[in-house]
Amino acid sequence: MNYEQKLLELIQNDERIILMTAENRASVRNLPSKIGDRFIDVGIAEQTMVGMAAGLALRGRIPLVHALSTFLTMRAFEFVRTDVGIGKLPVKLVGAVPGFLSDGNGPTHQAIEDISIMRGIPNMNIFCPADEEDLLIGLEKIVESPYPTYIRYNNLTPSVKHDPKFEIGKAEIISEGKDVVILSYGILLKQALEAAEILKLEGKSVGIINLRTVSPIDRKAIIKACRDSSLVVTLEDHFKTGGLFSIVSEILIEEELICNVLPIALKNKWFKPALLPDVLKYEGFTGEAIAEKITLELEKANYQTAQFYF
Amino acid sequence: MNKKNKTELESIAYKVREHIIRMSTDGGCFTGASLSCTDLIVYLYSNFLNVNKNNLKDPKRDYLFLSKGHDVPALYGTFAELGIVERERLKNHLKTNDFIYWHPNVNIPGIEFHSGSLGHLLSVSMGVAMDCKIKKQSNKIVVILGDGELNEGSIWEGLLVASSLKLNNLIVIVDRNEFQANMTTEELVPLEPLTNKFEAFGWQPIKCNGHDFDELEKTFESLPSQPEKPEVVIASTVRGKGLPSIEARADRWFCNFTHEEVELLLKELYSKEKTELKSETLIVR
Repeated sequence: MNYEQKLLELIQNDERIILMTAENRASVRNLPSKIGDRFIDVGIAEQTMVGMAAGLALRGRIPLVHALSTFLTMRAFEFVRTDVGIGKLPVKLVGAVPGFLSDGNGPTHQAIEDISIMRGIPNMNIFCPADEEDLLIGLEKIVESPYPTYIRYNNLTPSVKHDPKFEIGKAEIISEGKDVVILSYGILLKQALEAAEILKLEGKSVGIINLRTVSPIDRKAIIKACRDSSLVVTLEDHFKTGGLFSIVSEILIEEELICNVLPIALKNKWFKPALLPDVLKYEGFTGEAIAEKITLELEKANYQTAQFYF
Repeated sequence: MNKKNKTELESIAYKVREHIIRMSTDGGCFTGASLSCTDLIVYLYSNFLNVNKNNLKDPKRDYLFLSKGHDVPALYGTFAELGIVERERLKNHLKTNDFIYWHPNVNIPGIEFHSGSLGHLLSVSMGVAMDCKIKKQSNKIVVILGDGELNEGSIWEGLLVASSLKLNNLIVIVDRNEFQANMTTEELVPLEPLTNKFEAFGWQPIKCNGHDFDELEKTFESLPSQPEKPEVVIASTVRGKGLPSIEARADRWFCNFTHEEVELLLKELYSKEKTELKSETLIVR
């Protein structure tokens, strides 16, 4: 089953659902002919789409709106914040090609501050599936939830068999580890798994957590990782500011916890526009590059601990 | 619907203006903007919209969205006179024990959606209109825009999309008082010829005097005149209408009068003799 098929199933079972797009039909191309007037294409007009979605939600509908992540979360930001956010309306914002997925488009299309700005809106949930399977597992609960939600959409092939049990605010614990726990959301789970394989060969105990929803976030899982492991890595295709690293930092301060944290994120710069595998190589986000950064950090951490000890 | 005659409408409009004047002190409100759309709002709720205190949540009711949210005192005043909100409640203006402030809040009965940021409720009302169309309901959806608000790009985007979606159950009203915050619309970003712009965007425009109840009745009775198009009523109005001492003045948009001035203005409303105002003129933008 793919995203379109799952959507069709949901639409057929729940008459509240309305599908909207600002002429970004890639993920819903075959649906217009199947769902009649419950498909609305407003053209390249993200603000109008989000405002209309708020109006439809006022009438009891659940609009799923589709646009590229940058334009949905940034061009239409004030409509998301003011109409959907203040109105606390169950509009589902499906953002396409977020993070590294914009390939060769360049900075105009790079949604790498989307988490940061969406999580600043009270009541806004954020769902970042790792791949298509993860998306489909969570989709129904996300759609039926009364909260406005930003979905960082992707339809990549899964690199792991996912836990079919999905709860908003609950992470998927792929593995537990004493030396390092990699916290990730979205597509970089694949690279986290690759990095873990390399580190395991070096004898390291590696945990991996797929956060699934970044807001609300699974605090318990993060606190446990910080307590049980020598190093916690926040891995994200997002600016370091305002994303997972910021979220984890806030939690650590609120919980008065001290922990070694290694952020692997984009530090104040746009990434090199290219095809995904080349972007990952160029920006240092391949499994190998991630493993290398972690090994270095673990050495540093051990050295510091040793210094403290003697 | 029991339609009200011109005398009744005028009497309600006087009462609503009294409410607006009373809200224009102890912090004040957007008096000038509120007075310009008072007659429009009184007319719509009395004789055009199927919405009253008994059907506020009925999905078959008609909807009114105030996109230029800063004139909400006109709406609250009308609600008070039509029994949707208790008159006493308006005394809570700007008090922390209630939700009555410079822009609409949905905790007040009759308010369909919050506004304040200009250029938003056209698209929101389009969503409501779309749902009514899908459900084949005959609700009328009305949205009031300010003429200054037409500076916002989201309005023109929405106008294009609304005509493409053939939202013929949607009526836009432009409160054409010819002023925006600090000056006339034509001095800043000229809007004329406005009807041509709407026509070019696929809308059916109709002009009327926004203070003349006979003309309002004639205009709204004639709707819908085009089965395929959304319609726009460009209502000519006067900022501060009803109070000669502030009418059509750029510097009397937001007003915060002294208590003495409020009493004098309540008299001026009926006598039409200009009051000498000493309170500071305010430009808030």
